[in-house]
Amino acid sequence: MLDTALAGLVNGSSYALLALGLSLIFGVANVINFAHASVFAVGAMSGWWFSVDLGWPLWTVLLGVMAVTGLLGLVINLVAVTPLAKAPPIAALLSTFAVSVVVDNGAQLVFGPETRRFPALLATDNLGLGGLRFGTLDVTILAVAIGLMLVLGWFLRATRYGRAIRAVAQDRDAAAQMGIPLARVQNLAFVVASVLGGVAGVLGGMYLNNISPTVGSTVGMSAFAAATLGGLGSLPGAVAGGLLLGVVEAFGVSWWGGNARTLITFAVLLLVLWVRPSGLFGKRSPLAAEPMTGTFFGAARTVRLRPWQVAVAAVAAYVVPAVALDDYTVQIGVQVVVYAILALSLTLVSGQAGQISLGQAAPLAIGAYTSALLTTGTGLDFWLSLPISGLVAAVLSVALVSPSWRLRGHYVSIATLATGLLVAAAAVNFDWLTNGPSGVSAIPPPTLFGAPVSAPLAVYFLDLTILLVVLLLVVRLRRSTLGRIWSAIREDEVAARSSGIAAAEYKSLAFGIGGFVAGIGGALFAQQYGYIDPSVFGISVSLLALTIVVLGGLNSPLGAVVGAIVLVGLPEALRMLEETRMLTYGLLLLAVVLFRPQGLMGKVAR
Amino acid sequence: MTVLEVQGLRRSFAGLRAVDGVSFGIDQGEVVSVIGPNGSGKTTALNLVSGVLRPDEGRVLFQGRDVTGLRPERLAEAGLSRTFQNGRVFGNLSVAENVLIGLTPTLRAARPLARWRDIPVLRWLSLLAETAVALVDPPSVRRELAEREAEVESQLDRFGDRLRPRAEAAAHTLSYANRRRTEIARALASGPALLVLDEPTAGMNPVETAEVLEQLLALKAAGQTILLVEHKIDLVMRLSDRVLVLDAGTVIASGPPDEVRNDPRVIEAYLGKRRPAVRP
Ligand SMILES: Nc1ncnc2c1ncn2[C@@H]1O[C@H](COP(=O)(O)OP(=O)(O)O)[C@@H](O)[C@H]1O
Ligand SMILES: [Mg+2]
Repeated sequence: MLDTALAGLVNGSSYALLALGLSLIFGVANVINFAHASVFAVGAMSGWWFSVDLGWPLWTVLLGVMAVTGLLGLVINLVAVTPLAKAPPIAALLSTFAVSVVVDNGAQLVFGPETRRFPALLATDNLGLGGLRFGTLDVTILAVAIGLMLVLGWFLRATRYGRAIRAVAQDRDAAAQMGIPLARVQNLAFVVASVLGGVAGVLGGMYLNNISPTVGSTVGMSAFAAATLGGLGSLPGAVAGGLLLGVVEAFGVSWWGGNARTLITFAVLLLVLWVRPSGLFGKRSPLAAEPMTGTFFGAARTVRLRPWQVAVAAVAAYVVPAVALDDYTVQIGVQVVVYAILALSLTLVSGQAGQISLGQAAPLAIGAYTSALLTTGTGLDFWLSLPISGLVAAVLSVALVSPSWRLRGHYVSIATLATGLLVAAAAVNFDWLTNGPSGVSAIPPPTLFGAPVSAPLAVYFLDLTILLVVLLLVVRLRRSTLGRIWSAIREDEVAARSSGIAAAEYKSLAFGIGGFVAGIGGALFAQQYGYIDPSVFGISVSLLALTIVVLGGLNSPLGAVVGAIVLVGLPEALRMLEETRMLTYGLLLLAVVLFRPQGLMGKVAR
Repeated sequence: MTVLEVQGLRRSFAGLRAVDGVSFGIDQGEVVSVIGPNGSGKTTALNLVSGVLRPDEGRVLFQGRDVTGLRPERLAEAGLSRTFQNGRVFGNLSVAENVLIGLTPTLRAARPLARWRDIPVLRWLSLLAETAVALVDPPSVRRELAEREAEVESQLDRFGDRLRPRAEAAAHTLSYANRRRTEIARALASGPALLVLDEPTAGMNPVETAEVLEQLLALKAAGQTILLVEHKIDLVMRLSDRVLVLDAGTVIASGPPDEVRNDPRVIEAYLGKRRPAVRP
């Protein structure tokens, strides 16, 4: 009991340090810094390097890590946040997301992808107090964390720059009028936040005992949940949220096992968003109007192809693989098609209705599991399982996301992110249904006129046909009254509602149709591989889908297809390694957001 | 007949009483203006009336029906249209599409089963029917759209040659004054029982302001009921049947324009002490 609580507090203090940084940055720059999780990872990795390779003692390790991550924070701000200060919030959200992918996978290239043992710099079980066993390590972690929080509190209250940070967080415009140098204060906030994040990395690494370059994303997401739990922007909230989440997780893990950790974290996060989105201590109302995409993407008109051009392209898509391509290349084509379907679902949700989803892997996974379980478990025919998969995915995505409709902007994206992660965690934990981490195998191929569709070319034709149907669906919806209503919500939700548009219902509808399409894509995905497990539907899939549509032009259905060819087809054809591929995605996304926000298939309106 | 009746509205923001016990009524065909210094709670009052904000206390009756706390889309459907102080147009939609959005409450064929919308779960029947109609695009929908597009033309005509030549331009490319015009056209399109305008001439030059005044006078002559927040006193005096003066969230005077203009409390609180600032 007590030792579980203590373990929770110790782990939670890493969350608290990270959450402090997230909230500090949110307060000052009004940006949710997705790259903050990577700061943790870099802190852990460089801490490992300083202590193991260079053999430094703990206190110099901490100082070294602070220098490294402080610098990293500065770079993140200068590269990904400051240049987009005037763009709508979605821009910085995507760019920091991109930076996190770049840093994580860059670190993977430098340090190698394997998990390393973090050295036992301190004893873990040498002290006791009234029957409670703990180690110097626990004491040190808590002491360093609490010490840093006190220093931060002092810094913010007693120093000139600290007070400047608080002033900017309270009212940016007023602070600017008072002559506070915003740019310098923002730099400082990023450095301070990242120093804390780096220390959290070392402490977290020591506590977890082993680290890998991807450790940041799991811990980072927990920190994210902690910051939201405490109330984004509130520093006492971040500390309380971090410690509370740590303790809740510790008890959950002791009752249900280690896999339950992520499930608990994201269930907590979603619950907070549903019930009390401003968090335990939050003052800012997350309900204020804040158009997420504005004219950023849309200042583009999409390139329109003439009907004959579309027809030629469609015919070529059927004929060329049949006559000119080998099986391997056709299989790549199948992947491109499935990702194009997934991307089109996002074109509706994010491009048309303006709700940026960071969790579109959720309906994909739900569709894939539904189809896989129905066809293997009950022997249901694939063709029947297909619409059912779409339907289940649609219903569940609406049910999970729509309680967040009173929120806007950032918070919707957080809710979708949490949904995506929750679904993946559920697939791991609900083994009675999903067979847990080992997944579902021997999924039978679909049959058509009694013959199995399993040859690459046959699968390709099937998937391509469905893609064309989906494409037609999306294009027709865009041109209808419904499409115009969604556009109005995307452009300005408050004005749309005052024009008689029930925004929440239409957003649910967009998520429903998007979920249906993604669910269909998931069913195809499952049948195509014949095997699925939870790891297939991680956050990288959601990221890839979003990158595809942003690259192609968020509001362009054809762009989704072109984006899928470029991002899925090319790397596969070039046989790129996983790490280099993710690194490339990250760099591309960053470049598109910084330099060509309208995407490949959009042209700038004049 | 009373179109709008407001009783004892209150709303605070973090302890600040933005609107503190405001009551008034508007009769059919009346133009009522709300004036008062910056920060006196005018916009907040409009937000409470139009459902954008919920009141802490008080009631709003619209056409005899209690609409307190109703969502803004419901109020719009019931016939209350508004514009916003800072001008909110749909930037990437064309001017014509902006006005077309204003006609959403009048759509029947494109929004089947709209009655089901108020019922949880069953509202999905209506949403799915709307999706089906959007995909199939039957003749009834096309006919309706053609009618509405004609209606948009006539709305744009209201502003002479200001908007007509730009009907297909994206709203974010418009001048400030034209955005305001687009917004007014959007609000008027559905033929609202009450038109609510929040500083419609903010940022306009005298010529443009005079133009808006003419248009509002024409609307008034046609019997349109209007609730107006405006800083330009001359416009208010010429247009209004009654004027309400707000200060620090409370009504300090109300009555016909001439009376209010000469009321010592108003001169003290408003005209004398702090001259109304014309926003850039
Ligand atoms: N959403 C809000 N959150 C917090 N304070 C607000 C909000 N809206 C208005 N206020 C405050 O309420 C007061 C009245 O504002 P407002 O109604 O906009 O005045 P007016 O339109 O008369 O200039 C002001 O002090 C303003 O700062
Ligand atoms: Mg105002």
